[in-house]
Amino acid sequence: MKSKETVFKVENVTMDFDVSGGFFKKKKVIRALNDVSFELYKGESLAIVGESGCGKSTLCRLAMRFYKPSQGSMLYENMNVHDLKGQDLKNYKQKSQMIFQDPFSSLNPLHNIYYHLKRPLELYHDYSKNEIKDKANEYLEMVGLVPPEEQGSKHPHQLSGGQKQRAFLARILAVGADVIFADEPTSMLDVSIRLGVLNLMNKMKREMGKSFIYITHDIATARYFSDRIIVLYAGHMVEWGNVDEVVINPKHPYTKLLIAAAPDPERKEQIDLPVLKSDESEVVGWSPESRGCPFKSRCPVSEERCSTDFPEAKLVGENQYIRCIHNI
Amino acid sequence: MANVLEVENLSVDYIIAHGRHVRAVDNVSFTIKEGESLGLAGESGCGKSTIANSLLRLHKPPAIISNGKIKINGSDILAMNINELNMFRWNEASMVFQSAMNCLNPVVTLEKQFFELFKTHGITRNKVEAKKMAMDLLELVGIPGDRIKNYPHQFSGGMRQRAVIAMALALKPKLLILDEPTTALDTVVQRDILTRIYELKKELNFSILFITHDISLMMEFCDNIAVMYAGKIVEKASSDKILNAPCHPYAFGLKNSFPSLQGKVEYMEGIKGNPLDLTNIPLGCRFQDRCFNASKTCFEIEPSVTTSSNGFYQCHHPLGNLVEVKHEK
Repeated sequence: MKSKETVFKVENVTMDFDVSGGFFKKKKVIRALNDVSFELYKGESLAIVGESGCGKSTLCRLAMRFYKPSQGSMLYENMNVHDLKGQDLKNYKQKSQMIFQDPFSSLNPLHNIYYHLKRPLELYHDYSKNEIKDKANEYLEMVGLVPPEEQGSKHPHQLSGGQKQRAFLARILAVGADVIFADEPTSMLDVSIRLGVLNLMNKMKREMGKSFIYITHDIATARYFSDRIIVLYAGHMVEWGNVDEVVINPKHPYTKLLIAAAPDPERKEQIDLPVLKSDESEVVGWSPESRGCPFKSRCPVSEERCSTDFPEAKLVGENQYIRCIHNI
Repeated sequence: MANVLEVENLSVDYIIAHGRHVRAVDNVSFTIKEGESLGLAGESGCGKSTIANSLLRLHKPPAIISNGKIKINGSDILAMNINELNMFRWNEASMVFQSAMNCLNPVVTLEKQFFELFKTHGITRNKVEAKKMAMDLLELVGIPGDRIKNYPHQFSGGMRQRAVIAMALALKPKLLILDEPTTALDTVVQRDILTRIYELKKELNFSILFITHDISLMMEFCDNIAVMYAGKIVEKASSDKILNAPCHPYAFGLKNSFPSLQGKVEYMEGIKGNPLDLTNIPLGCRFQDRCFNASKTCFEIEPSVTTSSNGFYQCHHPLGNLVEVKHEK
């Protein structure tokens, strides 16, 4: 890493959802995130991977202030994101933007692409009318929508999925965001288009110093695009560190399983998935009362103490941490 | 070995407004041998699912099969009347759809849904017997048999997909069509289900047509791969050949759209441009605008089918073994 300037920080964030479902029913709480902490540096991409329901999107929504964390805090420029007011809040809303999974519904179908770029340019910057037009064209060109005059006057339905996602990225550039939360930005795009969008995000990262939180379930693209990776399981960070260390040499049983399951045409021999102790499809719910390791019920190497002792984070590589009580 | 599926010059049209039509599948021919698994790859809108649906004649207007022959186990699908078709579907060939969650009736238990299947196809009218057979099938795909009395919402997505696969295998078909069976599922569940299907394939010896856009998954699981682009099969070859030495630039690009999982991380280009608009098909090769190798001929003459070692390709400038690509900056 060239510069280690922290732009976004998550400190011991825990998120509880009340799922009691009825006034007279016993209170029931699901802990979607448990004690999650990390820092995002300037100009880097941090991948967050895990299966559906592991809390990836909750993390994104917390950062977007959709909800307030039950415990812990999220800091932007050393200010708590959830306590911002006035000018600070406006500033945060400008600097942090989210890319959604579905480009088909994240753009307003009634307006053309120019409108999507014009609005943030008017709201967040004081440009003259002509400057706005020039800026919009510049951003469109930057994301590869050329010729900009023609593409800008199109409506979203006239663009393909990849082009829509590019238009959305142009909008993010127009807003002037620094921290970009990308929630599965390529999972709905065609494989042939996917890489183009990833390369564009890579360019934004390298040349413009944008920081990305890249949420995905595709480990191969996470490795392609990101510098560091966090593996989430049932709301817990089970393994995290530099992306190459984690992907090439996974230490936590869950990460091993994830990587073994990812398709890889270069793999020569048929691999055997580690045998899971319980049913694969059982959704592991974590509640504040739960004890032990979150992965214990599915872990192939779990033993008795796994159900009582909560695994503390430990360093296992140069910059690779896991939460597992076993010595690996 | 006998061919389980023979498709000859199949064309499927969608009628759009003002009497015009879009040819979604254009003159496609391929065969699947007994016990073979063929992958059909391509981006969305290229006609993969249209082919799959036409194999069981599931199309309704505005889609029409305008040309061609489809033979499954020697019987001509397009000549069948509706009763014959009903008996043929599921007996000889069955299909698993992408959204298996929605294939199951949400207000009926699995037991009843299996019973209905057995009753309709005249296997058994005895409920006890049907239940036993259904439980065996569920065990086969890895669901505990006693969960047969559950409703679909009591299962997770992966289990529902398994249940649908169990149903597809109920009458021991010779051909199983998998239309993006695991796209909506997590990777771990995906691998688990596919491994199970291939174990069953060995046991029961059926053929598979596997449709997905995830070509890296396909390379691991299929014997042969057919790559589709804009309604045509542009290359068909063994998985190894597609992986190591594809002839068609689109197949090459598709294969190179997946970053390596554990190998070296290097800059990759993907495929430039956007999918072809089928209402506006250009003269010559359909891939001309996105091809890094296109010449003047490609803009004028449509490439013909050339047979290769283990299949065929349609390209004026096949890439051969030594692929050297000049990427535009």
